[in-house]
Amino acid sequence: MPRCEDIESVLVLGSGPIVIGQAAEFDYSGTQGLKVLKDEGFRVILVNSNPATIMTDPEFADATYIEPITPEHVAAVIRKERPDALLPTLGGQTALNVAVELAEAGLLEEFGVELVGASVEAIRRAEDRRLFKETMERAGLALPRSAWVYSPGEAKRVADELGYPLVIRPSFMLGGGGSSVVFGPEELEEKVSWGLANSRIGEVLLEESVLGWKEFELEVMRDAADNAVVVCSIENFDPMGVHTGDSITVAPAQTLTDREYQEMRDDALTCIRAIGVETGGSNIQFAVEPSTGRRVIIEMNPRVSRSSALASKATGFPIAKIATKLAVGYTLDEIPNDITRETYASFEPTLDYVVVKVPRFDFEKFPEADPVLGTQMKSVGEVMAMGRTFKEALQKALRSLEKGRAGLGFDGGPESRLGLEECIRRLARPTPERFFLLARALELGASVEELARLTGVDPWFLSQMRQIVEEGKSLARMGLTPSSLARAKRLGFSDLQLAHLTGKREEEVRAARDSLGLWPVYKTVDTCAAEFEAHTPYHYSTYEEESEVRPGSRPRVVVLGAGPNRIGQGIEFDYCCVHAAFALKEMGYEAVMVNCNPETVSTDYDTSDRLYFEPLTLEDVLAVCRAEEPLGVIATLGGQSPLKLAKGLEQAGVKLLGTGPEAIDRAEDRERFARLLDELGLRRPPYALASSPAEALKEARRVGYPVLVRPSYVLGGRAMEIAYTPEELARYVEAAAAVSPEHPVYIDAFLEDAVEAEVDAVFDGEDLYVGGVLEHIEEAGIHSGDSAAVLPPQGLSWSVVEEMEEATRRIAAALGVRGLVNVQFALAGGELYVLEANPRASRTVPFISKATGVPLAKVATRVMLGERLRELWRAGLIPAPGSWKEQRHVAVKEAVLPFLRFPGVDTVLGPEMKSTGEVMGLADSFGEAFAKSQEAAGTPLRRRGRRVLCSLADRDKGRFLPAALRLKELGFSFYATAGTARALREAGIEAEAVKKVSEGHPNALDLILGGEVDLVINTPSGRGTRRDGYYIRTAAWRAGIPLSTTLAGARAAVEAFARMQQKGWEPRVLSLQERLGGKG
Amino acid sequence: MRAAALLVLEDGTVLGGEPFGAEGETLGEVVFNTSITGYQEVLTDPSYHGQIVVMTYPHVGNYGVNEEDTESSRVRVAGFVVREGVEEYSSWRARKSLSRYLEEAGVVGIRGVDTRMLTRRLRTAGVMRGAISTVEKDPAALLGKVLASPGMVGRNLAEEVSTPSAYEWGPEDASFLVAALDFGVKTNILRLLAGAGCRVRVLPARTSAEEVLAGGYQGVFLSNGPGDPAAVRTAIETTRRLLGRVPIFGICLGHQILGLAAGARTYKLKFGHRGTNQPVKRLETGRVEVSSHNHGFAVDLSGLEALGGPLPPRGGASREWLLAWQGRIPRFQTPFGILELTHVNLNDFTVEGLRLPEVGAFSVQYHPEASPGPHDSRYLFGLFRELMEVNLAQV
Ligand SMILES: Nc1ncnc2c1ncn2[C@@H]1O[C@H](COP(=O)(O)OP(=O)(O)O)[C@@H](O)[C@H]1O
Ligand SMILES: Nc1ncnc2c1ncn2[C@@H]1O[C@H](COP(=O)(O)OP(=O)(O)O)[C@@H](O)[C@H]1O
Ligand SMILES: [Mg+2]
Ligand SMILES: [Mg+2]
Repeated sequence: MPRCEDIESVLVLGSGPIVIGQAAEFDYSGTQGLKVLKDEGFRVILVNSNPATIMTDPEFADATYIEPITPEHVAAVIRKERPDALLPTLGGQTALNVAVELAEAGLLEEFGVELVGASVEAIRRAEDRRLFKETMERAGLALPRSAWVYSPGEAKRVADELGYPLVIRPSFMLGGGGSSVVFGPEELEEKVSWGLANSRIGEVLLEESVLGWKEFELEVMRDAADNAVVVCSIENFDPMGVHTGDSITVAPAQTLTDREYQEMRDDALTCIRAIGVETGGSNIQFAVEPSTGRRVIIEMNPRVSRSSALASKATGFPIAKIATKLAVGYTLDEIPNDITRETYASFEPTLDYVVVKVPRFDFEKFPEADPVLGTQMKSVGEVMAMGRTFKEALQKALRSLEKGRAGLGFDGGPESRLGLEECIRRLARPTPERFFLLARALELGASVEELARLTGVDPWFLSQMRQIVEEGKSLARMGLTPSSLARAKRLGFSDLQLAHLTGKREEEVRAARDSLGLWPVYKTVDTCAAEFEAHTPYHYSTYEEESEVRPGSRPRVVVLGAGPNRIGQGIEFDYCCVHAAFALKEMGYEAVMVNCNPETVSTDYDTSDRLYFEPLTLEDVLAVCRAEEPLGVIATLGGQSPLKLAKGLEQAGVKLLGTGPEAIDRAEDRERFARLLDELGLRRPPYALASSPAEALKEARRVGYPVLVRPSYVLGGRAMEIAYTPEELARYVEAAAAVSPEHPVYIDAFLEDAVEAEVDAVFDGEDLYVGGVLEHIEEAGIHSGDSAAVLPPQGLSWSVVEEMEEATRRIAAALGVRGLVNVQFALAGGELYVLEANPRASRTVPFISKATGVPLAKVATRVMLGERLRELWRAGLIPAPGSWKEQRHVAVKEAVLPFLRFPGVDTVLGPEMKSTGEVMGLADSFGEAFAKSQEAAGTPLRRRGRRVLCSLADRDKGRFLPAALRLKELGFSFYATAGTARALREAGIEAEAVKKVSEGHPNALDLILGGEVDLVINTPSGRGTRRDGYYIRTAAWRAGIPLSTTLAGARAAVEAFARMQQKGWEPRVLSLQERLGGKG
Repeated sequence: MRAAALLVLEDGTVLGGEPFGAEGETLGEVVFNTSITGYQEVLTDPSYHGQIVVMTYPHVGNYGVNEEDTESSRVRVAGFVVREGVEEYSSWRARKSLSRYLEEAGVVGIRGVDTRMLTRRLRTAGVMRGAISTVEKDPAALLGKVLASPGMVGRNLAEEVSTPSAYEWGPEDASFLVAALDFGVKTNILRLLAGAGCRVRVLPARTSAEEVLAGGYQGVFLSNGPGDPAAVRTAIETTRRLLGRVPIFGICLGHQILGLAAGARTYKLKFGHRGTNQPVKRLETGRVEVSSHNHGFAVDLSGLEALGGPLPPRGGASREWLLAWQGRIPRFQTPFGILELTHVNLNDFTVEGLRLPEVGAFSVQYHPEASPGPHDSRYLFGLFRELMEVNLAQV
């Protein structure tokens, strides 16, 4: 069937901000989907609140709405745009949920919008566990035994019947949210209540546990002619009980015979047909009992998912793209396979390599969180690696993680100091360290059987790991010989591991390898195991005979990607890399992308001219450069991972484009940077360097409290703290940071009540093009990544903005920047201070580009390749300098925080970044834009309801009064803890005093949980303690009540309330194209 | 460490590796199979008689070898080539490791080979003769032996692997008694015939039409098998004489024999279809089946007379040709009445199925019994049953 003719316009929903469980993969799928729809000639309308996505670039849709993905805002877009169809399957659970709500509210019917990709009935059958169970049973498929409950009381009865352990799952949640394992009756009530609170419909399922079974996933596609194919099988290294998102996963499945695999395939096809997904992709999860092969179905996701992104990258079969074509009427046998060109999509990809995905965790950012892996997803990113064997792929994946590991052990990691007993003890519960512990245990002589019994990991994986370990041991004994070197490389050992094992330096190992001509070859991902010729240069390395890299016809430029997502480094850097690839193509170069993150747009084989799915280590990048002989390498767009490689690449003779390693070092080394500022006569906060606790205390007294302390040369705000008193500082320097002459700490005077702002600009050696100046809403001291921010600045005078621009120009010139530069400022007591300069792409580049319509990363790429800003300006590729100041709309960035995932973690913001993603609120006034940003971030300010609960730190009480008066004007009634209530009353504001948690009931917590409050303002008065503030904040988070933990945030909320609570106010939606006018 | 092994192709390609399985030397036609799972079924499939099989999936042996997943009584391949031969297997059904199985079967294999390079070579140059040896250390000498070995064209291997004497399979009280001409039949075909209500009498390849007709069978099954179909002259003749007298169902070599009997030609494909992911379109319904394949030859309909549409290009079919039939099912005239093209391969548009409705015969080139492979095409066994039912009703 060709494309449907009754549809002219399609509305696509994105997935919103990056959160745990819903990450960059939906930008990848959404971008693919939009491309297809545009190519097919539809009018494409998009709603997504995440400005750091490629899909929200104005050229990908006809009308792009950066609006909260809520029924209300999507309805507003529907009213305005009147689309013929709504495609909800590319935007994760968020999009699916909103689509169902709109359908249930009758809105789709009212406006004649056809739901394509999945019907409401199909979505319900898959997502509503009750319908799912009924449907599966009717189709003859087995599930774990289970029953529904709506109250803790019921749960107890059911639990007695099913026995422990039990799995709890709330209906309609993503990423295992709210689901957990209950090991005994004592945990039942708390966990059931948590689940009930998190289900959209107050329902949870109690399910027989199949902990320890093997977990598999199949990615299935079906078309309107009922053709169905399995795109990829995935086997989890970790057994049932560890969420697939947190598990190492391997494609294809390794331990199934054909008989079992085909039976699973039969079940998967039965499932997708029974659920009634008429077109598109679905992910179906199975558990298999290892001792009998008994198989049960765990769940099905009737949409593009994290696993389908992985499967697309793993096989070269672009699921989202094809799902979109199927949604608009094509059948699988009508869709050409881009890679082979001569075959069609109605086949099943076959692999001749092994793919390993390893999740990335950032528990060190949340020291209070429990690092044990369970049924709720906790990872913040992932890497994928390919090799011709599992061993090679596993080692490559582990060194891709950017966790300082060079492979599976043998790199001096912390486990190398553990004894067998300790390893075994730690392995009893799965943690992010488990594979290193397994390797160590094997090294110390533990048997495969014993470890399999202990961990539930299949013996096959363990025996493969043992082969790596055996080789490592023998290398340590025998040293490197030509044959052991070749063997080790085939087993995926990195030069760094080999150096560690044989007491050499990495360069020596590389030189030895080079003298033997031992370099990797590159194979191609082609969907068909070489049965047909591949036309897409999508490569991975291995150590074999034949390389498939083809000579290029045009000069090549390598773009180093950003590696795994992590806290502090999200999709923003991938966005910049993708823009570089686009710009290079426009300029006539061949763009060569190197990256290892399967969730991203950069690793779509369509994005660049050549794609190398490789770890971002010096060794792997040098090998790519050797194979490609590029004109140069761009290392300044992908954040920290590529930046770290710059120096080594330069030393190895690779040409770096744009800002060089020397300039980067001068900016990142705080002392060198301070000297530079002094030379330029720019102000910086007083600072000192201390090599011992005593020195720290002495220096702190000199610079004056409060101080900001951090270890030297650490990026991403890691281990940074504010000390208000010598006691706090002493605690930090003694416990947290282990100060020493090799590891000194920096002590900066902490600027209190400072307004933070940052500039993103491009410098070409002569001219500076300022993309925009972002004013932070939270004061300095809240990490720039976590602070809300606004463009154009609302509280800065233009003369200060100009001062910042001028400072940026001078810094860029002094550093020798060619490309992007980001400078962060603080304005305190009327003086401007420079906090830091990043001569590279910053997190805010996509935001500013989106708000202003100027693609800064593309501009920077052109500059890096020698073009001049003046020429670009003359050619009309960038608008006149300063034009961003004229824009009429206001753009607010809000950070999205993962606290709900980590029960027990305090929700306070500080100089350490904790957010996973961001949203943008776009409107004509600051208040509205802020309101939209809050709504998009998942904690909407309320339209009605005017009850505020205040609990302020002493130092904030007085400064809060203007905002409090404004709230009073707006008709708010006040609850406050005793001290705050007193301060309010003294200022003439009526406030009802509420008890603290420690003072009995009813207290602040009861009010919050009882739904008696509409806004919580709580500024913390200390750190790390379980005081009342902690309980208040955590409760507000859980209850989804808007919460401000800073005064500035509270002020912004007040302004938003002022706008929203005006009579007759309705959210107004305007597309990016309309807002940016001709500029887009 | 064990001795090294050598793999040599007739074009002079030489690859080194380690022995995997028995020591010794073996010659055969080198072909590749792209299936990820199912190595045990592949090894025991009689259609691989005379062939050295290269598995494109690198890890082979992961789940060991079990007692159930065999397609005949023993290993049939002439040799086995893998990238990573796995010793430590894991499966609750496994009984032994793959390498031990090969060793016990006396089958010579090699591992540690860049199988992707090998596959690309076979894809571009076509399948080639080759040898694996763990004894001959001199590549030139091994190449000499390869060049002296016979090729596949013109070889009647089916009769070599056929059962020497008849045997029966399936429930005695089945509804139908079916004669299966054995050119190397896979066990799962017999299982599925039995499952479709047949008692099967498996007959040697050279059984004559008269003998078959005397047996009182309600249907005849033409099995899969190795080698050049055109060389299996007796069976082609037998089939010709059976057409119209009894319902016939053919698979793989059996399909080619039916085609030849009806007057079509067969030809050798450059590198064949061997794998479990091939899309086959059933023209009647438009549905695509993901199917299991193992064949090096295919049926060519270009020598027949087309009815109401263009003839296919010589040596196969093409997308354009099929489109020229504008959605109608291509039909041809044969001495046995109309021949319909029922299935085509969507990768290369080779003939995957045909039907002679007037004489109650049909066949498919691919493997509806799978093993290994997807189960999308099992309905064909039901169609055979229906055909026999209709035929009985008419008699
Ligand atoms: N019955 C069960 N017994 C043990 N573990 C389970 C069970 N059901 C699910 N799990 C584990 O919980 C994880 C999340 O469950 P799943 O149903 O896939 O939810 P999600 O929607 O979060 O993907 C699974 O990946 C699996 O490891
Ligand atoms: N001297 C200071 N006074 C107040 N706040 C500061 C000071 N220095 C840094 N900060 C705050 O800490 C955050 C992180 O510090 P920064 O130097 O930007 O580190 P990172 O490398 O993590 O971005 C800043 O965004 C700012 O809010
Ligand atoms: Mg799941
Ligand atoms: Mg910063």
